[in-house]
Amino acid sequence: MAKGKVEIRIESCKSCGYCVKFCPKGVLAIGENVNQKGYQYVVAENPDDCIGCAQCGQVCPDAAIEVYREA
Amino acid sequence: MAMEKVYTRTTGIVKDMVSGFCPGCMHGTVHKLIGEVADEMGRANDLIRAEGIGCCGLGQKYVTHDSAICLHGRACAAATGIKRNEPDSLVYTYQGDGDLASIGLGETMLAANRGENFTVIFINNGIYGMTGGQMAPTTLLGMKSTTTPNGRIAEEHGYPIHMSEIINQLTAPYYIERTTCADPAGVRKTKSAIRKAFEYQAAGKGFTFVEIVTSCPTNWGLDPISALDFIKEKMLPEYPLGVLRDKGKEE
Ligand code: SF4
Ligand code: SF4
Repeated sequence: MAKGKVEIRIESCKSCGYCVKFCPKGVLAIGENVNQKGYQYVVAENPDDCIGCAQCGQVCPDAAIEVYREA
Repeated sequence: MAMEKVYTRTTGIVKDMVSGFCPGCMHGTVHKLIGEVADEMGRANDLIRAEGIGCCGLGQKYVTHDSAICLHGRACAAATGIKRNEPDSLVYTYQGDGDLASIGLGETMLAANRGENFTVIFINNGIYGMTGGQMAPTTLLGMKSTTTPNGRIAEEHGYPIHMSEIINQLTAPYYIERTTCADPAGVRKTKSAIRKAFEYQAAGKGFTFVEIVTSCPTNWGLDPISALDFIKEKMLPEYPLGVLRDKGKEE
């Protein structure tokens, strides 16, 4: 079971890739679908590996990610 | 399994708004950090921003606090008036390198020299963004811009200007730190620098200056990830990180 969980605000993502680069667990990936602004938004490709470290949320310039962790 | 929310979108930016900044632009990151710090201090309603002219203007409606768009370069002069009249507010200027270090150099230096009790958030990405990628005072030697198509040459354009070091020559400033947002550790450090500056301001200590080395992927002509490498390989050797002054530690 995953120790953490991310919630991605699809419309805020601009596909910069920072969260993908800095996730220590390889959870995130640039997805194939685009949002209303035309950006290929990020998806949690391997959600079970998420540890809830919040690194993705911290580096996201567009505040597109909120993070939960096992209490 | 109960999950606890450990990272929340700050109340300092509008709930459902998408910023106008380019993909990967760290203006977004810094706007967010200012809001996070104010949230954590319980001062989100006390923030007043005096913003320069430039891409930061895209942030004016993105932040949830009051904001004055100042004449180009004059944010430190405006912030002086705002803070003196609203001493209980948390006042900060938000300025880019063209605004703060070129057009507004006089206002910046004189406010620092008076030890005005507000915080300067200085975004150094080595270029004019909004106006189309012209050379800024902070542009690196050899760096191409629309006004230095062959790269900046010292003989013709002078050298990159180090604002934190220059301000560190003055007696009055209380706190000066240079950070970057190029990686998660840098983002966390930037946040704690803003926190420190706001705490000192709240305690009436005087002028606090946080220079943040960021990227401008659009005008650098790089994708956001390559621009992170450019920060680390090119910008940081010219603009070394660290606390230049912390009078709070001396007291
Ligand atoms: S919280 Fe940590 S592990 Fe989970 S997706 Fe974000 S960076 Fe990766
Ligand atoms: S850091 Fe934010 S904007 Fe960039 S790709 Fe990840 S979710 Fe999207």
